[in-house]
Amino acid sequence: MTQFSVPWKQATPVEYRGPARGIVALARIVYSLAAPIVSRFPGPILIGAIVVTTILVWAHWVVFGIVETIALSDVNGATRSLWDQTLTVTEIGAYLDGKSVFGTGLIKYLLWPLQIELVRDLVGLGAIFGLFNLIPVYAIWWERKVAGRIQSRMGPMRVGGWHGWAQSFADGVKLVGKEDLVPAQADAGLFRIAPYLAFVPSLLAFLCLPLGSYWVFRNVDVALIFIAAMIGVEVVGVIIAGWASNNKWSIYGAMREACQMVSYEIPMTTVLLIPIMTAGTLNMVQIGDLQSGGWHTWVAFHNPFTFIAFITYYIASLANCKRAPFDLPESESELVAGFHTEYSGFRWALFFFAEYAAMFVVSGLAVTLFLGAWHTPLPSSWAFTEDSLIKIMLNGILFSSPFWFIFKCMIFIYIQIWIRWTLPRVRIDQVLYSCVQVMFPVACVALVGHAVWMVTLDGTTISKIIQAVLALIGAGVVVSFLSVAVYGYVNGRRMVGYLAVKQLPGS
Amino acid sequence: MADTIAPTTPSQVVAPTQGDVHTEEMLVNMGPQHPSTHGVLRVVLRTDGEMVLESVPHIGYLHRSAEKIGEHVAPYQYVPYTDRMDYLAGMNNNQAFALAVEKLTGLEVPERAKYIRVMFAELNRIASHLVAVGTYGLDMGAFTPFLYCFREREMLLDLFESACGARLTYSYITIGGVTDDLPDSFVDVCNEFLDYFEPKIDDYNNLLSYNHIFVRRTGNVGVISAEDAIRFGLTGPVLRGSGVKFDLRKAKPYENYDRFEFDVPVGEPGGQGDIPRGVVVGDCWSRYYVRVKEMEESVKIIRQCLRDLPEADPKEGICHKKSKTVKLPDDEVYLEIENPRGQLGFYIKGDGSAIPARVKARGPSFCNLCVLEFAGRNCLLADIPAIIGSMDVVMGEVDR
Repeated sequence: MTQFSVPWKQATPVEYRGPARGIVALARIVYSLAAPIVSRFPGPILIGAIVVTTILVWAHWVVFGIVETIALSDVNGATRSLWDQTLTVTEIGAYLDGKSVFGTGLIKYLLWPLQIELVRDLVGLGAIFGLFNLIPVYAIWWERKVAGRIQSRMGPMRVGGWHGWAQSFADGVKLVGKEDLVPAQADAGLFRIAPYLAFVPSLLAFLCLPLGSYWVFRNVDVALIFIAAMIGVEVVGVIIAGWASNNKWSIYGAMREACQMVSYEIPMTTVLLIPIMTAGTLNMVQIGDLQSGGWHTWVAFHNPFTFIAFITYYIASLANCKRAPFDLPESESELVAGFHTEYSGFRWALFFFAEYAAMFVVSGLAVTLFLGAWHTPLPSSWAFTEDSLIKIMLNGILFSSPFWFIFKCMIFIYIQIWIRWTLPRVRIDQVLYSCVQVMFPVACVALVGHAVWMVTLDGTTISKIIQAVLALIGAGVVVSFLSVAVYGYVNGRRMVGYLAVKQLPGS
Repeated sequence: MADTIAPTTPSQVVAPTQGDVHTEEMLVNMGPQHPSTHGVLRVVLRTDGEMVLESVPHIGYLHRSAEKIGEHVAPYQYVPYTDRMDYLAGMNNNQAFALAVEKLTGLEVPERAKYIRVMFAELNRIASHLVAVGTYGLDMGAFTPFLYCFREREMLLDLFESACGARLTYSYITIGGVTDDLPDSFVDVCNEFLDYFEPKIDDYNNLLSYNHIFVRRTGNVGVISAEDAIRFGLTGPVLRGSGVKFDLRKAKPYENYDRFEFDVPVGEPGGQGDIPRGVVVGDCWSRYYVRVKEMEESVKIIRQCLRDLPEADPKEGICHKKSKTVKLPDDEVYLEIENPRGQLGFYIKGDGSAIPARVKARGPSFCNLCVLEFAGRNCLLADIPAIIGSMDVVMGEVDR
C-alpha cells in the first residue's frame, strides 16, 4: 500500500498522562470486551442490570442491618462493640438460623468480613462511586430524552436497543478515546488539574449525603456544612479551568462563574439555616428523620417562611449547578463554550460528570432539608412490624428507602431539565440583581420570620392550620402538574397539530 | 465613522468607566467561528470586563465573486447564483433579479406566474423569518423555539420541493415567469399548512416573545432611533422596528402587491396592547417582533393569492417563451424589492448582447450590518449576540 506523504507536519496524538492514562487504558479494555456482548444482547443486559441493581440495593440494606444488629446485641450474654471481640462465622450462622433468611449457609460467610470497618468502608465507597458514576450517565440520557420530547423529536433511539438507553455509555467510550488536547499557550499543570478539582468535590459531597436512615457513608454531625462547602469548592475547579486555558472566552466563563458564585451562595446559605433552625441540628440523618410523619410534617410545609425558603433554595441551586437560566459560565451562544472551551475528551467528561453529580447533590439537599428526605408521603407510624424479610422490604418500598430519595431527586433533576429547555438565559447583571437584591432580602425575611415563628407560634393551633393549608397547596401543585401531564399525554397529538404529528418518526 | 456620529438614544447601561471599578481593556475576536455570529462574521470587541466599549464588524470570509460572475453568464444562467447570496430567501433573490431583467428587457410575465411568484416570495419570507425568530431564541439561550420553528420550516421546504424540486437553492422564479407550474394538490396542501401554521405563531409568542426573561434580555437593548435608522440606510424589519412605516410592497408596489390587503407592522412602545413593558421603539425586541408580525401578514397575502390564483392559460404558459434567448438592450436598470431582510436591489447594465456588462446587488444584510458599530457600543457582552441576532444578517449576501 502506497504511503502518501503530506507537506505539513503530521500531528502526533498526545498521550494521556497521570491517572487519566490508566482510566483510558481500562476503558479501552472494557470496551473491547463488552462491546460485542452488549451489542448482541442489549435488552437482556438492561433488564439484568436493573434486576441485579435492585438485588444489590436490598442485599446491602439487609446485610448492613444484620451486621449492625449482631454486632451490637448480646450474643454471648454481654453487650459488646465491634472492636472488643470478633464475631465468628458460627455465631452469625446461629443468629441467622432463627430468621427466615434465604441461603444462610452462604450469607454467613459473606457477612463475616463486613464486621471489619475497613471492609465496610471499601464496600460503601465502591457503592458510592458506582452511584456517582451511574447518576450522571442516566441523568444525561434522561435529559436528552426529555429535551427530545419537549422539542417534538425522539432523542437518542439507537444505542442499546430500547430508546437508546446505552447512549451515554457509548458517549463515554467515545470521549475517553478522544485526543487529550492541552493548548500550547495554556498553563499545562493547572489545565490538567482543574477538571479533578471540579470532579472530586462533587464526589466527596456524596460521602455525607444520606440516601436513607442507615444509608449514609459517614453520618457526620456537620454534614450540611460539609456538603455546602464541597459544592462551593467545585467552583474553584471551574475558575482554574477558565484561567489555565489561556483563552479569552474561557476567562469570561471563569469570571462569570466567580461573579455568579458570590451572588447565589449568600441567599442559598441563608435559607439553608432555616431547616437547621427547625431541626436544631446539622446532622442530615436527624433532619431527615424529623420528617417521617407524613408529607404534612415536611419542613417545606412547616410555615410560610420555610415554603418561601424552599423556593429560594431551588432557584439558587439552579445557579449553583450552572443550569439554565443561569448557565452563564458556559453560555454557548455568547462564550462559545465558556470555561470548558479548550477541553476535550476525558477531561471535558469530568466537567460534565461533576455538573450532573452536582445537580443530584443540590436536589438531594432540597429533598433532605425540605421535602421529607427518604420518607414517603405516608406517615411512618403506619409501617409494619419488621418480623420477616417481606415486611422489611415492603416497609422499605412504602415508607422509607433510598429509592424514594433517588426518585424525589430525579423529579427535581427533571424540573431542572424542563426549565433548561424552556427558558432563555439571563444576563450577568440580571443574575447579580436577582440574587443580591431580590433573593437575598427574601431569604433574610424568611430567616427572621421563621425565627419569630419558632418562638411565638410554633405548636399552636394557628400554626397547625397554616401547616395543613401549606401541605394542601403542595399536594395541589403536584396533583395539578400530574393532571396537566396526563392531559398532555392523552391529547398531545391534537395539541401539536396533525401536520407535525405526520412528520414524527413511526407515524 | 464612529467618531462623527453621537448616539442619540442613551443605551440602557451606565458608562463603564465612571466611578466604577474598571479593568484592563481586552480585544476579543468574536468569530469568524462563533456560534452566534450567524455564519462567518468577525466582530472585534474592545471590552472592559463584561462591558463592550466598541465592536467593529469585519467581513469578507465568504466572498465568492457573485457580482463578477454576472458579467460572464446570461441572465437566466445567473439566477442560480442569486440563490446563493441570501441562501435563506432564495425565492426573493430570484424574484429581485428576474424583475430587474424583465424591467430592462420589457418581458411580460403571465398573470398566473405573477401570483405564483408573490405566493412563493411570501412563503419564503415566512421560512426566512422562522429561521430568524428561531435562531434569535437560540442566541438568547432558548433552544426549544428554534426546533419548533425548524419543524414548521421543514413543511415549507416540502412545499417548495413539490413545486421546484429543491429545498434551499430553488431557482424557481426565473426570467419571465417561473420554471414550472404548481403541482395539482398544491393549493390544498398549502391551505392545510396555513391553517396549521397560524396558531403556531401564538405558540412562539407565548413561549418566547412574551417570556419575561426574553423581554428583559432584548427590551431596551441596542436601541436605534428612527432618525438613526434612516441615516444609516437601514431597511426591512430593522428599519420598521425603529418605528418607520416603510415597506416597498406598499410604498412602491412591484409584481401585483397592490392587489393584496396587508398591514406593515412597525415597532411600538411597550405597555400598550400586546407589547410588554420594558420595550422601547427600535430595540432588539421590536425588531424581533416585527418579524413575528410579518409572518402573520404573509399568511394573509398567501391566502389571498390562493383564493385569486388564475387558471393556467395553455397558450401563454407559465414562463415567457423568450426567457432564455433574450438580449439585453444597451441600457441600465436598478430595481429594489422587499426581501425578508430589507431592500434587495439589482443594478444591471446591458450592452446589446445576451450577457450583462455589469451586475451589482445592493444587499440588505450588508447595509444593516453597518449599524452594529453604532448599536454595539457601551453595552454588555451578552447584548452583542442580541444585537447581531436582531439584525438577522446572512453572510452569504454580505460578502457577495
